[in-house]
Amino acid sequence: MTSTIRSAMPVDLTDAQIEEFGRELDAIRDEVFDSRGERDRRYILKVIRTQRLLAVTGRFVIYAGLFFLPAWGHPLAMWATSLSIIGLGTAMLGIAKILENMEIGHNVMHAQWDWMKDPNIQSNTWEWDTMGPSDRWMHSHNVVHHTWTNVLGKDLDVGYGIMRVTPMQKWHPAYLFQPITFVLLMLLFEEGVALHEQALDDHLHGRKTFAEVKPVLKHVARKAWRQIVKDYIAWPGAAALVAIPLSFYLPWSPWAVFGLVAGANAIANVMRNIWTFTIIFCGHFPGGAYNFTQQQVEGETRARWYLRQLLGSCNIEGGKLFHVLSGNLSHQIEHHLFPDMCSNRYPEVSPRVRALAARYGLPYNSASLTRQFGSTWLKNLRLAFPGGEHLDPVMARA
Amino acid sequence: MQTDASAQPRAPSLWSRVTAVTDYFAWPLRTSHYVELVNPLWASHSLQARVEKVWDETKDARTLTLRPGVNWRGHRAGQHARLGVPIGGMHYTRTYTISSAPERDDRCITITVKAIAGGRMSHHLVRQIKVGDYLPLGLPQGDFYLPDAQPVKPLFITAGSGITPAMSMLRALIAQQRLPDTAHIHYAPHEFDVIFGNELRAMAAQHPRYKLSLQLTQAISAGSAAERHFSAAQLDALCPDWREREVYACGPQSLLDALEQHWQGAGLSRRLHIERFRATQAPIPPDAVGGLVRFGKSGVQASADHLTPLLRVAEDAGMNPPHGCRMGICHTCNTRLLGGCVRDLRTGKLLNDVGAIVQTCVCAAAGDCELDL
Repeated sequence: MTSTIRSAMPVDLTDAQIEEFGRELDAIRDEVFDSRGERDRRYILKVIRTQRLLAVTGRFVIYAGLFFLPAWGHPLAMWATSLSIIGLGTAMLGIAKILENMEIGHNVMHAQWDWMKDPNIQSNTWEWDTMGPSDRWMHSHNVVHHTWTNVLGKDLDVGYGIMRVTPMQKWHPAYLFQPITFVLLMLLFEEGVALHEQALDDHLHGRKTFAEVKPVLKHVARKAWRQIVKDYIAWPGAAALVAIPLSFYLPWSPWAVFGLVAGANAIANVMRNIWTFTIIFCGHFPGGAYNFTQQQVEGETRARWYLRQLLGSCNIEGGKLFHVLSGNLSHQIEHHLFPDMCSNRYPEVSPRVRALAARYGLPYNSASLTRQFGSTWLKNLRLAFPGGEHLDPVMARA
Repeated sequence: MQTDASAQPRAPSLWSRVTAVTDYFAWPLRTSHYVELVNPLWASHSLQARVEKVWDETKDARTLTLRPGVNWRGHRAGQHARLGVPIGGMHYTRTYTISSAPERDDRCITITVKAIAGGRMSHHLVRQIKVGDYLPLGLPQGDFYLPDAQPVKPLFITAGSGITPAMSMLRALIAQQRLPDTAHIHYAPHEFDVIFGNELRAMAAQHPRYKLSLQLTQAISAGSAAERHFSAAQLDALCPDWREREVYACGPQSLLDALEQHWQGAGLSRRLHIERFRATQAPIPPDAVGGLVRFGKSGVQASADHLTPLLRVAEDAGMNPPHGCRMGICHTCNTRLLGGCVRDLRTGKLLNDVGAIVQTCVCAAAGDCELDL
């Protein structure tokens, strides 16, 4: 093949140019990897410490709120104080869960911190605070999604098997309900991720028998059960146990205490679900993100893989705190180009990648959260109905 | 044989019963991860030590006083422990002999580290570590310690930083007030290079049964330098009754080899107890060659000679593979051979079965090879 023949990728670049583009990205990667050091270690240790402090403090603030329930009869004992303290604790717990999921769990399991050889922070032993077991997620995410990003029929994350996110997917009447699916998945994202499983998909499509997928399901169920025990039995139960002797003196049922704590934990989990859903849906589904056919990626070189990651991912703009809370997945493009680079380095790499893309006349999809989420939602609505081919991004030209 | 106190089944402590319950609250972490936020020494999921004091013994040797976490079990005088240090963000591990006596009443231990030329970790420990730092610590290990049935007459032969296990034993014997008739031959280049010099001399002055002979191998004085190194004649002169003594020796390879030869010649090998900081190496055939080492997982390639351990090759190539003792005893560095041939430097044997376990710290390339690192 001569270099003048245009590639099957939707770009106006010769093969030689694409390879050169890949080499430049490799150079950026090598430079950052070589400069990792004590500063990065301090960063992740600080985030982990902050997250743990926030989580445990949040839970005890929720408990503290119970001492202001109207039944206590002291001057501050009223619903307003009680609920605002519980609300504060819930928010702290929710933010801790967000940090744990995004900046810590997601990134540690991407092996971003394995280079430190810290036995306590290793991708293969890390377990995170969600229903899905880490090893299953690492397979469906690191292996399937990051290798086959946005390739139809290969990347299970293209619509998660329940939504039509690109006009390249054939329409089906079931997609009419996808605006509802969208909202439901937002609220129950954690459970969705746990069930987002190649094995389950294989079973539903008749490629594997139930007996074959049973061990995987059991594994998921065991993890989910420990999660339920923690958030909906242990923490509320301990509060209820204390409330039992108190209920002889105070007109307040231990069950109500149980319900308040369990409810606060549920809200914290839903907070985290909505946030992660929002960030993750803005990663590959906003307007302008490319999808690919299996023919386009056949015999793909590393440089072409880079190119596909750039075209298929979208960044979200925001402040420093926003980036940390998003697990730096607001730098989705950089994350997809360099999945095992420690996340605190994405902000410094981002302008370089952007400049590189501009030099090659390639799109660099970056916009505010409202814009990215808005176009994701509109696309979701439109693609519930047949057609929508005009939503497919056109070829990128310099 | 090493007797391991922790191997005996023990009834679960009250604390472990409590944490068994609280772990349900801490899932997917453990209670210990939250306890660590209050005090890292109380954590049970990883043992750490706090640096309490740093003390310069000589110009290039420093003693660190460490307070180990609650899960530390007492050591036996002469044992060593693995110490981890983050350098440039990366976690490194080395083994150091504990130089303090188990009888210390403040629950602290000391290690004495000598900065070795080109030693990444020893330099960091000697120059960079500050009071208040927390370092990951392993449990005490090793079978170089005095038996409970105490030898009647010990002879310590030590050189340089090899003094550390002997120091721990001497301090223990004195603390137990049962110091027997003890002879000690210690080699050091100069007077000012003697680690624990003042304490040794004070001990010799205070305890008539402790006979110290310092051999300053490079000091300017009468006699040739060769006379001040170990020799049969020197041993006869310094310790005429050496045949009747149990010998505990620690120091550089050359000294230990000489001792082994000497005691073997006298048919007294059983009396010689040796602690090595490095694995003994088998003679390597003159036709041995190195080769190209490929590290399968990381995709790194490096050329290696037939002498350099593969662990060192990997580190020089910018990798940081798992490792521990660096002398072939802890098996932390185990990896699989994916192809080619390596030589176990301790036995000289060649390993070439695909899938064989390779201890990278004591194996070198023998031709091209590929490892699962």
